[in-house]
Amino acid sequence: MSAMPRVARLPRVTDRFALAGAVLITLIALAAVLAPWLAPHPPGEVDPLNALSPPDGEHWFGTDAAGRDVFSRVLHGGQTSLLIAVAVLAVSATAGVLLGVVAGYAGGWVRDVIMRITDVFLAFPALLLSVALAVVLEPSVTTVIVAIAVTWWPWYARLSAATAASIATRPYVDAARCLGVPAIMIILRHVLPNSLTPVLVQLSLDAGGVILTAAALSYLGLGAQDPTAEWGLMVEQGQTLFTTNWWVVTFPGLAILLTAFAFNVLGEGLRDALDPRRIVK
Amino acid sequence: MPRHLILRLGQAFLVMVGVVALTFVITRMVPGDPAVAYAGPRATPEQLAEVRERFGLDEPLWVQLAVYVRDLATGDWQTSLHTRRPVLEDLYHAFPASLELVGAGLVIAIAVGVPVGVLAARFRGRFPDFSVRLTSMLAVSLPVFWLALALQTVFGSTLGWFPVAGEYDGSLDTTSPLTLWTNITVVDALITGNWPILTSTLAHLALPALVVAAYPAGVIAQLVRATLIEEASQDHARLERALGFRETTILTRFALRPALNPVLSLIALVFAYAIVNGFLVEAVFNWPGLGRYAVSAISHSDTPAVAGVTLLVALMYVFANLVVDLLQGVIDPRTRAR
Repeated sequence: MSAMPRVARLPRVTDRFALAGAVLITLIALAAVLAPWLAPHPPGEVDPLNALSPPDGEHWFGTDAAGRDVFSRVLHGGQTSLLIAVAVLAVSATAGVLLGVVAGYAGGWVRDVIMRITDVFLAFPALLLSVALAVVLEPSVTTVIVAIAVTWWPWYARLSAATAASIATRPYVDAARCLGVPAIMIILRHVLPNSLTPVLVQLSLDAGGVILTAAALSYLGLGAQDPTAEWGLMVEQGQTLFTTNWWVVTFPGLAILLTAFAFNVLGEGLRDALDPRRIVK
Repeated sequence: MPRHLILRLGQAFLVMVGVVALTFVITRMVPGDPAVAYAGPRATPEQLAEVRERFGLDEPLWVQLAVYVRDLATGDWQTSLHTRRPVLEDLYHAFPASLELVGAGLVIAIAVGVPVGVLAARFRGRFPDFSVRLTSMLAVSLPVFWLALALQTVFGSTLGWFPVAGEYDGSLDTTSPLTLWTNITVVDALITGNWPILTSTLAHLALPALVVAAYPAGVIAQLVRATLIEEASQDHARLERALGFRETTILTRFALRPALNPVLSLIALVFAYAIVNGFLVEAVFNWPGLGRYAVSAISHSDTPAVAGVTLLVALMYVFANLVVDLLQGVIDPRTRAR
């Protein structure tokens, strides 16, 4: 049958996706971490005489309305975006996985209560609840992290509750229970470590979404404030200049696109390579 | 009433109660005194006391929650601090425009996403598949506000092919006024035969609808591809192959129908997200919908208005989910709630 060789070729393609994503993310992360050394100008260096100069050998991505070097600001903006992504995912995955594992292992009313709470949070699209939270809190990078984390943890709770529930029925968990191992130890030693793989795949799929949401919040003026170099904020500051000075908006936007794309490619590749259905079952 | 129906309705009701409570908590998290926010910084103590009394801010929190729920149920969604009109009235006027934009976007997304997903599945592992997967991943990675700005600048301002802002040419209101039936401009213009407004609205709709369509189109293409590949490895596909059906026929005639079921429920899920993504698009294209209302409310720290939009979209989402679950329960009894 002609379908066989095609199916056999699939893993190679997806591995290529995962590899390409991983390489891209490494490059972006390096550029962000090494920004102080790579950037030709300090991100806040104001130079009114050279305001809005188009890209050239001195300013690769041109300068913004205050004469700041857009290339340097895009590099430094990577620090803000990656910091937000890492913080949001760490907080929401920790909270979500712990609650989810407890819910999945305990079952019964504990699971019902936790799952109904996650349902409530899942009813709000992430950007919407983040906007509502960010409106009532002071606008800052911390606000963005808190606002997105509050909307993101239920996904991990739901995911790991499903995994934990299936693990809780395994013979080795029964064996531990018969030996009198306390529930908390069973959860920490057996259920939790075995519930993590699907979460890892989900994390790389979600990083792109977090970066897009954070950029949108900053674009709306609810996140990072002016001197900070942040991609969404840079788009917002340059949007009225788009027709006359395209570089002010184009490069930070491309940076958001490239970073979100890299995480999505990695996540897709990992998901296909590690097919979560096989892990859950 | 069957048991699964009661369970599912009860669950949806609990979630709606939670949504209302969470919205209430957010509105009361405002730093500083909400009375000061409403009356302004130069209000006298007497005016502040009057505002507190009027909005029940001097009552205990649980009484405020009870009052909030009662007000919502009776149609009092508080008053916008910015427009000074009832929030529900503002939402009523803004919602049809958002529905129009998101509806158009989803139609484009389905029209593009489904065939492209079929194409990828038909040539899985080969070049068309690769390019579809790459493009769909790009589509879901695009920052919507940036895409909106880019299309507006290139096709609106620079090339002048499309209008850059608004829902239709405002001068048409005097030359060929629109009779309102559904408040959705395209539909009203169509049923009353108002061609000038219809063509103007479609021209204004093109760019923002494309931006709204980008994300759902990518997700739909990925889902159709994945489901079709799974269907094509089922026993029925093997039988069809043995009977001599061509691969394309198997995909489009036999595998596509079961594959469309998950797509339908995805669209219900994507709908609320498209509305929220549409917020940024509406702000860029000055589209008179919920998004422009919400964004202007944000810049005025108009908490009641933001809370109203939040509540409306969340309730819509719960309702859409409920409808999809019940529909799927009818189509496929295995998916009914335990």
